[in-house]
Amino acid sequence: MSGQSDLELVNKKGIRLDGRKAGELRNIKIEAGVLENADGSAYVEIGKNKVRAAVYGPRECHPRHLQNPTKAIIQCKYNMMAFSVGDRKRPGPDRRSVEISKIIAEALEAVVLTELYPRASIDVYIEILQANAGTRCAGLTAASVALADAGIPMRDIIPSIAVGKADGKVLLDLNKEEDNYGQADVPFALIPKTNEIVLLQMDGNMTREEFDTAVEMGVTACHEIYALQKDALRRRYASALKEDVSDE
Amino acid sequence: MERKDARPAREVVVPGDLLDDSGMKAGSGTYVSDGKIYASKLGVKNVFSGTVSIIPLRGRYIPAPGDMVLGMIVDIGSSNWLVDINSPYPAPLHVNEVPWKVEFGDTSRFLKIGDMVMVKILMVDESMKIQVTMNDSGLRKLEGGQIVEITHSKVSRIIGKSGSMIQMIKNMTDCRIFVGQNGRIWVDGDAENATVAAEAIKKIEKEAQTNNLTERVREFIESKIKPEEE
Repeated sequence: MSGQSDLELVNKKGIRLDGRKAGELRNIKIEAGVLENADGSAYVEIGKNKVRAAVYGPRECHPRHLQNPTKAIIQCKYNMMAFSVGDRKRPGPDRRSVEISKIIAEALEAVVLTELYPRASIDVYIEILQANAGTRCAGLTAASVALADAGIPMRDIIPSIAVGKADGKVLLDLNKEEDNYGQADVPFALIPKTNEIVLLQMDGNMTREEFDTAVEMGVTACHEIYALQKDALRRRYASALKEDVSDE
Repeated sequence: MERKDARPAREVVVPGDLLDDSGMKAGSGTYVSDGKIYASKLGVKNVFSGTVSIIPLRGRYIPAPGDMVLGMIVDIGSSNWLVDINSPYPAPLHVNEVPWKVEFGDTSRFLKIGDMVMVKILMVDESMKIQVTMNDSGLRKLEGGQIVEITHSKVSRIIGKSGSMIQMIKNMTDCRIFVGQNGRIWVDGDAENATVAAEAIKKIEKEAQTNNLTERVREFIESKIKPEEE
């Protein structure tokens, strides 16, 4: 955010460094059920971000003192691989990953029907294999697909995307350069059916008007991602059903 | 997917999908919001006599009273055993609930860690505290045989319409089979036949959503078993 550069992030025609327009998403690829031994899993690529999420549970909650006798708890671990960024990231939890784990768990709690599994725990592991700005959004997008894939009851699937501001313009889905040298980064997630916002952070500055356009952009983009998430889940089982028949 | 019999086409639904807004009853795997019924689980939509429900494709087994399940002893107390029934919750088996007379502290003489038992779920309360019993006809400790594990949602397919599928496997392979609602299946019999039965069960799990399964499983078992019977 604070970095300065003479880099022209958005040119006079309104085209960004990677050729996108202001309200355009990067290429998104979502796949459900990529891990054999997890109860549910998903793989998400948003541009150069590569994220894998695994879900285990509901299972017995350890340590015991974390158990809640009225509902299940969601334990989330967001982890960046040492090789996921340009300069090697020192492995292990740090201030940033603890924060991200917490906000993702809280966002997921808004949709998962936790009261059906008292005293249990639902564990979500998010691994960032390659990072290029917006990993918490990619992580949350992957995590909610993985939860659905694990057969966990939930009200809806959460899509998530970052909006922001660079070169004085409101942009959707910031990439690394825009994130580093831009003016604001706003990770954002919602429940598509009700348009309830379950995650919203802001790093940087924006005027009220810019913020409103940014949120509007985010909402439309989230609905696009939502369609991709649903499609990924359907595809997984549609193909499984087809295979069965062709087995003959 | 194409079912030619009376049932309507099966549709895979994901959480948040609208199932019905015309006043049907909400069944399992669904939730109601603003008078409309939505899916809460990944599964197959099932409409039956005015009720919409979801047949889950994945997910853990959640115990319900009356279920017969296969459990493994994982811990021993002085007046109870702890049984793992493949669900998120451990199930204590109290000495009063076994068919033997057990002295206090003498529990490990009857069931040891790792033993498989057939138990019935007695009760499940709102905080998911479970009690299981072995005091019912047919419930016992399992000796020998092998355990096949499948997704619990496919259990009804293994059993088939009024037991037709499981009866066929039993008759053809001459094995003793017990199907637990939690997706654990005990198969005991002549080593080779038991293997065939286990393979057949795995095949049913894999092809649970397809047509004419009973017929194909029959052919499958026939092809595997014939050589040694002739």
